[in-house]
Amino acid sequence: MAQEKKGFSHDLIERNTLLLIVLTLITVSIGGLVQIVPLFTIESTIEKVDGVRPYSPLEVAGQSIYIREGCYNCHSMQIRPFRDEVERYGHYSLAAESMYDHPFQWGSKRTGPDLARVGGKYSNDWQVAHLVNPRAVVPESIMPGYAWMKDRPLNYGDISDVLKTLRVVGVPYTDDQIKNAKADLEAQKNPDGDTAALMKRYPKAVVANFTGNKTVTEMDALVAYLQVLGTMVDFTKYQSPKQLQQ
Amino acid sequence: MAQNYKDELSGVETTGHEWDGLRELNNPLPKWWLYIFYVCIAWAMVYYVFYPAWPLGTTYTKGLLGYSQREELVGKMAEAKAGQAKFLTAIAAKSVDEIQKDKDLLGFAMAGGRSYFNENCAACHGAGGQGAKGFPTLADDVWLWGGKTADIYQTIQHGIRSDDKDTRGTPGAGMTAFGKDGILNRDQIDQVTDYILSLNNKAADPAKVAKGKTVYEENCVACHGDQAQGAVAAGLDGVGAPPLKQANWLYGGDKASLVETITNGRAGMMPAWSKRLDDATIKSLAIYVHNLGGGQ
Repeated sequence: MAQEKKGFSHDLIERNTLLLIVLTLITVSIGGLVQIVPLFTIESTIEKVDGVRPYSPLEVAGQSIYIREGCYNCHSMQIRPFRDEVERYGHYSLAAESMYDHPFQWGSKRTGPDLARVGGKYSNDWQVAHLVNPRAVVPESIMPGYAWMKDRPLNYGDISDVLKTLRVVGVPYTDDQIKNAKADLEAQKNPDGDTAALMKRYPKAVVANFTGNKTVTEMDALVAYLQVLGTMVDFTKYQSPKQLQQ
Repeated sequence: MAQNYKDELSGVETTGHEWDGLRELNNPLPKWWLYIFYVCIAWAMVYYVFYPAWPLGTTYTKGLLGYSQREELVGKMAEAKAGQAKFLTAIAAKSVDEIQKDKDLLGFAMAGGRSYFNENCAACHGAGGQGAKGFPTLADDVWLWGGKTADIYQTIQHGIRSDDKDTRGTPGAGMTAFGKDGILNRDQIDQVTDYILSLNNKAADPAKVAKGKTVYEENCVACHGDQAQGAVAAGLDGVGAPPLKQANWLYGGDKASLVETITNGRAGMMPAWSKRLDDATIKSLAIYVHNLGGGQ
């Protein structure tokens, strides 16, 4: 090479693979750090709101099924702060409302409607009838049916471990909640039983025998999950913090 | 810097790199590209000044415009409300019956009611209120909880067997599960089913019908009325039991469906909407539903 420059030279980097890799990593991480680190330090990233709680064991199981079936491929779970969305779906989503989702289900594909506030919008019976055969209640629907899920027993022998795992990644399940996970899961399916302990640990959980089956089925879990979505925060009491409103 | 090799064909200087005899021409960046690049950098500087941009520990620079997406939404919602204010205040002040008589308000309520119906109600009751099995038709004149506009208004507000304290019916409790709870045995259910079929001009075994009539009188009259005319016609408030004579079946009127209903009971549930929709919207919905075809 005809380069006769003194001091720094690209030749040095281009001829030393290890140096090239190290310098590339440093350069790329600067971009990442500038964008990501402030999200952990800025207080308004996840504003604090009352009412958001970790999912009950049955709801967690339902969320796993939601993810397994790829519901997020057609349904988002994030109401954006635009007039058309707010008038259709209700109050825009807050970051805190999905802080215990692992992974979060925001999505961006809306072949079906957004589900961030579907909890309580329709009856349990409707959710079951609709999942079994969407066309039975919404003739124009193109959603696939999940009839088999209605009678398929839920596999929940490891539900305590599921909660423990979620605690490792930051969901604040208490020892009490982990110890009683199996009992709570079964209690949420049995409206005739004693649900006081369940409701104390998981306020606003929807207790019902969703499918009418004796055993807890996958559809019971899924409907329990759907019926709690977006219902935890009481928006009659919610005030957007000044810092966010400016 | 030494002079780099000049390409003979194009006369352009090369970068000095050489790979097995191949050399790279040292052409400058296209001017149009370069200037757009500079403009973008300048634009970013302007953006930093006016819009939220830089993180500052626990907060961030807010920008001179003080822009916030939430604030913009609040403004847009207020703007939309202001545009409809004339109608909304009138609707808020008047009863549903008064709104029905005012042509302008009725038009506004019907238009709004229609779009809110399609978003919130059509999933269960069908796009035109045609209903589905277990979800009542709203386009006909059969009303389990009253078909006057005020009745419909109350039903939408508080729901049926919902978690609202003023709900219609009792939450979780609908028709008794006569078979499951062991109140009637199989034969009795079979007999009363034939009796009900006979009330609807359907084929039934006369011997069973006679026995079924007794079963009916002992078990069903309290809710469905002594003439099987249903709770509303019998003047029973807050029951919601449908007429069984010349009936319009919500869960099916064939023998198998009737046996299923009597064995397991039924408890249709409608959510209370007062927590989800504002009062003007619910009034509009009540008027829209009343005008679907069957309002009384």
